[in-house]
Amino acid sequence: MQRTYTRGLYVVCIVAGMSIGHTLLALLEAGPRHGYDLKRTFDDHFGQDRPLHYGQVYSTMSRLLKNGLVEVDGIEAGGGPERKRYAITDAGVTDVDGWLRTPEKPEPYLQSTLYTKVVLALLTGRDANQLLDTQRAEHLRLMRQLTRRKSGGDLADQLICDHALFHLEADLRWLELAAARLDRLAKEIHP
Amino acid sequence: MTALLTAEGLHKSYASTPALAGADFTIDAGEVVAVMGPSGSGKSTLLHCLAGLVAPDAGRVRYQGRDLAGLSDAERSALRRGDFGFVFQFGRLVPELSCVENVALPLRLTGTKRKDAEARATEWLARLEVDDVRHHRPGQISGGQGQRVAVARALVGNPRVIFADEPTGALDSLNGERVMELLVQAAKESSAAVVLVTHESRVAAFSDREVVVRDGKARDMAGAV
Repeated sequence: MQRTYTRGLYVVCIVAGMSIGHTLLALLEAGPRHGYDLKRTFDDHFGQDRPLHYGQVYSTMSRLLKNGLVEVDGIEAGGGPERKRYAITDAGVTDVDGWLRTPEKPEPYLQSTLYTKVVLALLTGRDANQLLDTQRAEHLRLMRQLTRRKSGGDLADQLICDHALFHLEADLRWLELAAARLDRLAKEIHP
Repeated sequence: MTALLTAEGLHKSYASTPALAGADFTIDAGEVVAVMGPSGSGKSTLLHCLAGLVAPDAGRVRYQGRDLAGLSDAERSALRRGDFGFVFQFGRLVPELSCVENVALPLRLTGTKRKDAEARATEWLARLEVDDVRHHRPGQISGGQGQRVAVARALVGNPRVIFADEPTGALDSLNGERVMELLVQAAKESSAAVVLVTHESRVAAFSDREVVVRDGKARDMAGAV
């Protein structure tokens, strides 16, 4: 089955590694919001196909409240957590600032499945070039989808697709280099 | 449907070094086909053979069913001027001519009057979003603008096939992307085929399918996954 790569699916990959707390906090910098508004804004930017659960929003806000990073700006009549309006505190702004300034840890991906497959193909005497060509074709199939999506998309689509495209391209550049080095690799593995 | 361009068992060597050792595939009208592979794999030799710029040692190139080897030099030249368009890595614009004169050149060579040729050239420069530099010379414009002018020149004669050899190789990501968008869009609108030699996968992602060349052997990846 062919999987369609939507903005949401890529965002899942990106969001998986990001802090929802920091993201919600940063969204509050624009002004106080109710939990429901926060969820909707988050979903608009980062979670079209996989929206945040309400429970996730409220548990995160409780934690931020406890840590003094947000405060309750007002409670509408009717009570209940969904009626609370949250505002970011100075400590919260400092926290967002620190998060944005801290570089993410680069991951070398050396243990990736792709790398393992290439080495195993060589170890078992299989045609690694064919593996590389087939993988390139699969990568390009996704890259075509993303390129088409970009051409008809808004700025957010373009940025998300660019992020995915550059990562896929990095994989392919490594594949090309691996192909160029296959002879040498084969000698190292079968001296 | 008859293929527009067909490669049949193409072989080509330079000073006994094989550059192309077997290429069989077809390209239909309106298709954008990326030719990929590492440096020195034979990509450019394949493009030169397909465009009739170089004669293969063995095998055949058919354009609209006609064997290019069976044409006279004059017929092949006429084909390259009329049916084929070319875009190279560095625009290869004529430095003494203005941008509009560069784009009008293919039309002038086929006998179109100067005024008409320059009017059409101006339309194409506008489509490629560089009509504001039409009176500039190539030395006075940026690399990205120059490449758009080169694309306009390749398309002005309404070619059936556009041969593009690393058309974005000298451009940054943003300019390269825009050149590819405009090139593919214009080609699709006029149902022209594009043979796109590139080593960049983000550029190849603008194609409909890819042919991979390795050690001179070309492999059509259609249906590979």
